[in-house]
Amino acid sequence: MKFKGIFVVFVMLLAIWLVLNNTLQMAPLLIGAGVSLLLSVVLCTKCSVFNDIRLTPKTFYYTLVYLGVFIVELVKSNFDIAMRVLNPALPINPGIIKAETILKSKMARLILANSITLTPGTFTIDIKENILYIHCVHIDGDNTEKYAQSIVRKFEKYLEVLYG
Amino acid sequence: MEYLEIIGAIVTLIGAMFILFAGIGLLRMPDIYNRIQAGTKASTLGSMLTLLGIGLIHPDWLLKIVLLIIFILISNPVSSHVLGRAAHFIKVPLSSRTAVDKLAEDEDRVTQSK
Amino acid sequence: MVNILLSIALGIIVISFILVIVRFMLGDTVVDRVVALDVLTVSSIGLIVMLAHFFGRVIYIDVSIVYGILSFIGVIVIAKFLAKSL
Repeated sequence: MKFKGIFVVFVMLLAIWLVLNNTLQMAPLLIGAGVSLLLSVVLCTKCSVFNDIRLTPKTFYYTLVYLGVFIVELVKSNFDIAMRVLNPALPINPGIIKAETILKSKMARLILANSITLTPGTFTIDIKENILYIHCVHIDGDNTEKYAQSIVRKFEKYLEVLYG
Repeated sequence: MEYLEIIGAIVTLIGAMFILFAGIGLLRMPDIYNRIQAGTKASTLGSMLTLLGIGLIHPDWLLKIVLLIIFILISNPVSSHVLGRAAHFIKVPLSSRTAVDKLAEDEDRVTQSK
Repeated sequence: MVNILLSIALGIIVISFILVIVRFMLGDTVVDRVVALDVLTVSSIGLIVMLAHFFGRVIYIDVSIVYGILSFIGVIVIAKFLAKSL
């Protein structure tokens, strides 16, 4: 199933080329298509990261829902950081905690780690197989395991549908 | 048309405020990991809002600006993750207020068992 | 009206640059300096696009795209060098 990965990368590269050129004339389009095809074939024969994506209408819907959840979390996280920075007492209780994920696909783990990095007060330091090490600005309560699971669960339920 | 331009200018102003918070956070936080959190998060949303505001003022530039926003959204978490990992690798000390460090505990266990 | 608001935003970004450069000078460790550099470049992408509005030239947006890609690669290379995995 290498063709799906090649197809996804090809469409992405061609879209970026068209946006940068800002035109739909024949000559730039053909050059862009040729170079994108060459690059996607060269890059994707060895790498399997893009093969896990499922292309169905349901995943399209879940991608939109995921983006909505993600943007709300991003704005919340920035207000959280701004409140902590502007508070004269600097209310922080930092620490590195451990969370397990049930996701198998590499791409899904990458997106999960990136999403955690942009959500309130947490960022991923390291991934070892299925264990994420997360640095938190403020740990609530004493039970670090429960807190870690609550961070991961927020995104896992959407990514599970997208990548399985 | 007028309204859209004024909304764009206000969004740009809010973005500039978030970039200012990133600068303040970088100065005030006690150790490197908290600085990464404050700096990269606030500057991500800050520059995204700044770009979006300019995109609202000039709607014909919006496509390229959306490309730039997606690029920042993908690249900034990756660079903060890589920096945090490098800092933990060369053993930059955590601040004295740190509660727990599970990663260092696990690494110690691995080196002892070898 | 629009230009006044944007000038205020420009001033705020310049103040933020001064704060980040102070951290760049003080920086306890080398990683602090790299983080300061990263924040500086991501903020200056916003600054360059704002200048594109003031001068009315769309080419500045392409400049900021290339600048963003180069700074991202630079940060990744420095961090990999520090983690001794280059």
